[in-house]
Amino acid sequence: MKFRRRKGLISGLNVAVALVIVGVMLLPLYWAVVTSLKTLHQSYATPTALFPPSPTFAAYSQVVHTQGGSLLTSFIIAVGATVVSLLISVPAAYALANFRFRVTWLVTLSLLVAQTIPGIVLGTSFFKIFAGLHLLNSYLGLIIADSTYCVPFSILVVRAFMIGLPRELLEAARVDGATLLGTLLRIVIPLSRPAILTAALFSFLFAWGDFLFALTLSTSNSVEPMTLSIYSYMGQYTSQWPELMAAAVFAAIPSAILLILVQQGIRGGMATAGLKG
Amino acid sequence: MPEAPEIGATHTGVLASSAKPERGDRARGPRRLFRGRVLFLLPAVIYLLALFAYPIVYGILLSVRQSSVITFVHNTGGFVGLTNYRLAVTNPLLPSVVWNTAIFMVGSIVAQFSIGFLIALFFTRRFPLSGFLRSLILVPWLLPGVVTGIILRMMFDPNIGMVNQVLSNLGLIHSPIEWFANTHLALLVIVLANIWIGIPFNMLLLHGGLQDIPHELYEAARVDGAGRLRTFRSITLPVMRPVIAVVLVLGFIYTLKAFDIVMIMTGGGPMNATQLLSTWAYTLSFYNLDFGQGAAVGTIMMAISLVCAFAYVRTYRGELRS
Repeated sequence: MKFRRRKGLISGLNVAVALVIVGVMLLPLYWAVVTSLKTLHQSYATPTALFPPSPTFAAYSQVVHTQGGSLLTSFIIAVGATVVSLLISVPAAYALANFRFRVTWLVTLSLLVAQTIPGIVLGTSFFKIFAGLHLLNSYLGLIIADSTYCVPFSILVVRAFMIGLPRELLEAARVDGATLLGTLLRIVIPLSRPAILTAALFSFLFAWGDFLFALTLSTSNSVEPMTLSIYSYMGQYTSQWPELMAAAVFAAIPSAILLILVQQGIRGGMATAGLKG
Repeated sequence: MPEAPEIGATHTGVLASSAKPERGDRARGPRRLFRGRVLFLLPAVIYLLALFAYPIVYGILLSVRQSSVITFVHNTGGFVGLTNYRLAVTNPLLPSVVWNTAIFMVGSIVAQFSIGFLIALFFTRRFPLSGFLRSLILVPWLLPGVVTGIILRMMFDPNIGMVNQVLSNLGLIHSPIEWFANTHLALLVIVLANIWIGIPFNMLLLHGGLQDIPHELYEAARVDGAGRLRTFRSITLPVMRPVIAVVLVLGFIYTLKAFDIVMIMTGGGPMNATQLLSTWAYTLSFYNLDFGQGAAVGTIMMAISLVCAFAYVRTYRGELRS
């Protein structure tokens, strides 16, 4: 009895410490939400109110009004990059997991190395190359550029999963006369859904959050993703904190969704297979 | 490693995959079959060549060509050897950029690794909601860099920032600190921002590694009467060494690439006090329109990264053998 009580106390203490850690880590986010629900005037009041005194969504509707287009632009680009990435990654992962090529090790090595290349190196070259191809200030250009965040990562994640699939299933399909493509489409892809979903979600997130390519591959604001529009908005209206925070909250939504969807899935190797950024 | 890799493949899962001898069909199929198989890999190979290999080579070529505003549009600059590298290395800004980058990297990596490790150790305890609370800590890592940058920019804002307010409530300061006007403080702030992003990532990998330590090892240590510190030093650290190596190498590569938060929070200022190699490469190319020098800096960064990448791959191999 006494022992159990002590155990309960320790466990309660652990939860308390964990809550403090989480609280400290998420404090800036809390503060962003609070500020986004204030009026401009309230955001400058001192001492600052820790809760929004009279919560208002004015900043949000203002953001939808002024930056709704950018949110849509980001969405289109992120979806595009995800689709491109999956179309290339899934067959490649299938091949790397199941077939033996002489170049398999080289391709795998390249995928690891590709993720270490600083974005600014690619961005600078893309700018020059895309200028010649008329791909600056275009959706297609940004989709292609952003997909470089996703493809190496996706191949590695999906391949690692496919290697774990029972070999017998593929053998059985072959005995039944299925083609390689048929096996991929009807057996491997459905079985690999969790990994493909993970790859898709992260691809979307990487492209959605891209700032570097948006910055380097735009010379006008004709195609302006949300990250770039927040950046330029900040340059013009540094002190409009409620609106800036509302925009930040909008921009953070995909991260929140991703966290909920793959809560169980995100584990160690997530990051080993892919470097964010 | 017998178990199937989980979604997203655990750390060891990825390793296992590169470790296993290729699982392809034992007997090589006929030529026709081979050609069919290659088609699955071909798009990815072309992709890698077009969007990684070509731009990298292009960047290196850019760095050995003359570049000026005139050659800006048409890439017609002549070959100038290592001139751009010489210009970059003798650039009066270089020492401070290298210094800033070093401070930024060492500060970020040391802090995010230690704090991440402590949190990871803490979360090996069993208590209600631990999984849920642990996953909440990942949030800063999942946020787009621009979001992180702008939120922390506000936290440190001299007028409405929470940081100044807390410091002044604690009686530590009497007038608001201008975080972004002071060269030292601005660098400190971007390091803190990067630590905030890096902690979850370090915690995630280290926690995964800690979970993989067989429980029997700890049992044995306890039977032998080893204390906590002793157990940590003699069991946890040695077993975790490969994971720690991977975490540090990834931290290095990732920190070297950092760009978004710096651009958003300080733009490299004040007076280049937060100019890092990455933001400097950008500034040289896109502000000064000196693509040659910008590409030279980029190529140097890439070389540093590649050295690290090979350390990374070697770590993989080292872990496989043991």
